[in-house]
Amino acid sequence: MPLDNVVFWVFAPISVASAIAMLTRRNAVHAALFLVVNFFTIAVMYLILDAPFLFAVQIIVYAGAIMVLFLFVIMLLGVDRSERAGERLFGQRTIAAVLGAGFVLELFFALRAGIGFAATAPANFDATANVGGNPAALAKVLFTRYFFPFEVTSLLLIVAAIAAMVLAGRRARAVTQAELETRAEEPEEAIAS
Amino acid sequence: MRTPIAYFLLLSGILFALGTVGVLIRRNALLIFMSVELQLNAVNLSLVAFSRMHANLTGQVIAFFSMAVAAAEVVVGLAIIVALFRRINTVNVDDARTLKW
Repeated sequence: MPLDNVVFWVFAPISVASAIAMLTRRNAVHAALFLVVNFFTIAVMYLILDAPFLFAVQIIVYAGAIMVLFLFVIMLLGVDRSERAGERLFGQRTIAAVLGAGFVLELFFALRAGIGFAATAPANFDATANVGGNPAALAKVLFTRYFFPFEVTSLLLIVAAIAAMVLAGRRARAVTQAELETRAEEPEEAIAS
Repeated sequence: MRTPIAYFLLLSGILFALGTVGVLIRRNALLIFMSVELQLNAVNLSLVAFSRMHANLTGQVIAFFSMAVAAAEVVVGLAIIVALFRRINTVNVDDARTLKW
């Protein structure tokens, strides 16, 4: 059995199990930690697929930056609020699970009819696509053919940063003249307490 | 690499389906958002698998762009959830039923 096959069969069940565990946890912090596990297993899949640059980016951006942001917001909003158990629509969870299983089944048959479960990727990926190493080859494509989308991405990130400040920033309320006068009239002890 | 590409695509499909089920069954806005992240990751995995299958780096470039867009999307989405929490004091999506204040 080839080594990459072993790695796949070790990490694929962990990936699916952590995704299922994420869906069934009541506690939002536990769900976030299972999602981190899932992101790591997907990073390992990138490594098997000869994409070491995306492996690093996946861990830095997803498991690092995005999950820290998620945990930060969970802590900010309070972790003790658990969800109500009841369903608003009758049978919603059952129908959702059946539809999800149907999607996977459909995909299975589509794959079997399409590329098939025996087709492997071409062996000489390092010689044809990853010339000079994966990061160098990726940079060559990114900064030539996809240079304009790359620059647009920087604009997108600036817009997102400004949007976050506008949406989540607490606006300072303007103090009226009447409030200032009543505050001046109050005795010192009242303000101190 | 000897693992058939279809295995990666099937794993990606299973993770995408689990993310979809998560969006449908969870009522906490943060957990719905995490399920959307799971879906984005599943699609990224299939893009990288296609890139390997066709020996072409374009799939990896698109997965890279998708990660950048996901980072921006998380920032805006979490800001919206924080703003929602300030208004109605909960992150349960069933309680967010008012269209206008």
